[in-house]
Amino acid sequence: MKKEVVAEWQLLLYIAGQTPKSIKALENIKKYAEEHLAGKYSIEIIDLLKNPQLAEGDQILAVPTLVRKFPEPIRKIIGDLSNEERVLVGLNIKPLNP
Amino acid sequence: MAYKKTKSQQFIFPKSPTGIDGLDEITNGGFPKGRPTLICGGAGCGKTLLSMQFLIKGITEHNEPGVFMSFEEPSDDLTLNVKSLGFDIEKLKADKKLIVDHVRVERSEIEEAGEYDLDGLFIRLGHAIDSIKATRVVLDTIESLFGGLDNQAILRAELRRLFHWLKAKGVTAIVTGERGEATLTRQGLEEYVSDCVIVLDHRVIDQVSTRRLRIVKYRGSTHGTNEYPFLIDADGISVLPITSLKLDNDVSSDIISTGVPGLDEMFHSGGFYRGSNTLISGTAGTAKTTIASYFANEQCNKNEKTIYFAFEESPQQLIRNMKSIGVDLEKHIKKGTLQIHSSRPSLNGLELHLLTLRKLIKEFQPTTIIIDPISNLITVGSQDEVRSMLVRLIDMLKANNITVLFTSLNKRTDKFRPDLAEESVSSLVDIWITVRDMEGIGERNRGIFIVKARGMGHSNQVREFVITDQGMELLDVELGPKGILTGSERQSHRIEKKMSDMKHQNEIIRKDREIERKRKALEANIEALRNEFESAEEELNILKATEELYAKLTSKKKKE
Repeated sequence: MKKEVVAEWQLLLYIAGQTPKSIKALENIKKYAEEHLAGKYSIEIIDLLKNPQLAEGDQILAVPTLVRKFPEPIRKIIGDLSNEERVLVGLNIKPLNP
Repeated sequence: MAYKKTKSQQFIFPKSPTGIDGLDEITNGGFPKGRPTLICGGAGCGKTLLSMQFLIKGITEHNEPGVFMSFEEPSDDLTLNVKSLGFDIEKLKADKKLIVDHVRVERSEIEEAGEYDLDGLFIRLGHAIDSIKATRVVLDTIESLFGGLDNQAILRAELRRLFHWLKAKGVTAIVTGERGEATLTRQGLEEYVSDCVIVLDHRVIDQVSTRRLRIVKYRGSTHGTNEYPFLIDADGISVLPITSLKLDNDVSSDIISTGVPGLDEMFHSGGFYRGSNTLISGTAGTAKTTIASYFANEQCNKNEKTIYFAFEESPQQLIRNMKSIGVDLEKHIKKGTLQIHSSRPSLNGLELHLLTLRKLIKEFQPTTIIIDPISNLITVGSQDEVRSMLVRLIDMLKANNITVLFTSLNKRTDKFRPDLAEESVSSLVDIWITVRDMEGIGERNRGIFIVKARGMGHSNQVREFVITDQGMELLDVELGPKGILTGSERQSHRIEKKMSDMKHQNEIIRKDREIERKRKALEANIEALRNEFESAEEELNILKATEELYAKLTSKKKKE
């Protein structure tokens, strides 16, 4: 889905197991990203149950947490991302078709 | 989680020793094991330090690894902060005994969009606990979460879950919280942590700051309920229980000499009991320090370790002054039996003074302590504070069976009744000796008497004493017609007595001579009478002989 250019948007989604909230969050961010950042993003999913030591690095408290690694500055959005407006504001994405 | 106390006498509530000087005493053994404890208080009252000390002492003294989750300070800052207090966190971290995790909650970085939970925090904490098998956990200050996250409903639910989770994990946890306006903590954490709640407080009264600690509640255990002052110094926190919970220290019946010639005799037992405390009070210049030095000297001569706390003179000055009256303290210092510590009372607050005393006592293990004078401490605290400090000091000394001698300077009052400093300790001391000026016509004499002596008979006399180059000496009691005589009255009484003695002596000699004369006269009379008698007897004999002769002659004539 990418690879012509290096992903302009690097997103990390921290979850703790396959909970309804995390599944919902993943669905949501995929939807928004396809809509607004098609072709220039990457999403990495980190399951803290498998890699608990990674929680410290990005200062993860709540799950699910979406971290915008790039572009700087780092932004975090917590929750199941059901509120699209807030996610977009949080990621600082300007909707393509308003 | 209601906990019911078992009736069984053997039952001991499981506790984790805090490692904080004095706190174990008032909590009867430490924080509840496997349960969270809430420590709350305003800014800068020592919450972080107390919890850090709990962790570090747990590692160093009880080999219980710990996790410190900081929501406020980055771990490097924390390391530096507590390093100044002598804790080396880096080493403990390297030894895998301690994990310091800084949880940063930055509101500006976080956007909330939808439902979430704090599993991330749980996982982090759980991972940290599991990786070093920690049994002690500190969350400092978890309320910061409220500043970083908006959804209070979720937060509260998650906090409740967190505390249950901590309990289920079986870790002994400390949760710190900022003090709120009307509640113990700003966010009402006390609702969640209900096993043990401790409040720290930092108050400034009359420009002197005192930190205090109080156990608000402790389920399933007895505990001290008062406010206990505590200190933060180079070794961390130490809590000073105002009094021990009980008064049941061992007592000794050993008698130790006061060192002052003559003073021992004023006590029927011949001195103080070992482990007793003695107050010497008096106005300025009544030789309180001299008596104290005599006692120190005496104790040192008997190889009793002694600490002399001088709040008025430097050690050098004290040594020089005492040398002038023949008391050599220097040799004891060289020998190592005596330590003199001088400091101005205003150097630090009362509590710090007390702590210094405690520390020195712990290090040097003395059997005798002299504090000269306690009245100077009044300048740093109110009467109540001084009193409470002295109670604690005396308690501590009694518990260690240390003999203590205080001096107290009292103001010159007409009544010669106790002054502030005296009043605050007089009921605490076992023996109270007063030295005082006895002012007469153009002179000032020193008198010493015993106001009270618990458990021993004592003289009721006011004894005069003098201090010469040879030292201090209690003079014999001189009874005059109007009571005990002192000073020049004593001298003149002596001269008068001498003269009357001489007169009396002369009289006796004269009387002796008179008797002698009378005897001689008597004897002469007896001789004369005897002579008279003898001559009369002789005359009678002659008469009788003549009669006989005459009779013979007449009878002869008749025969013829």
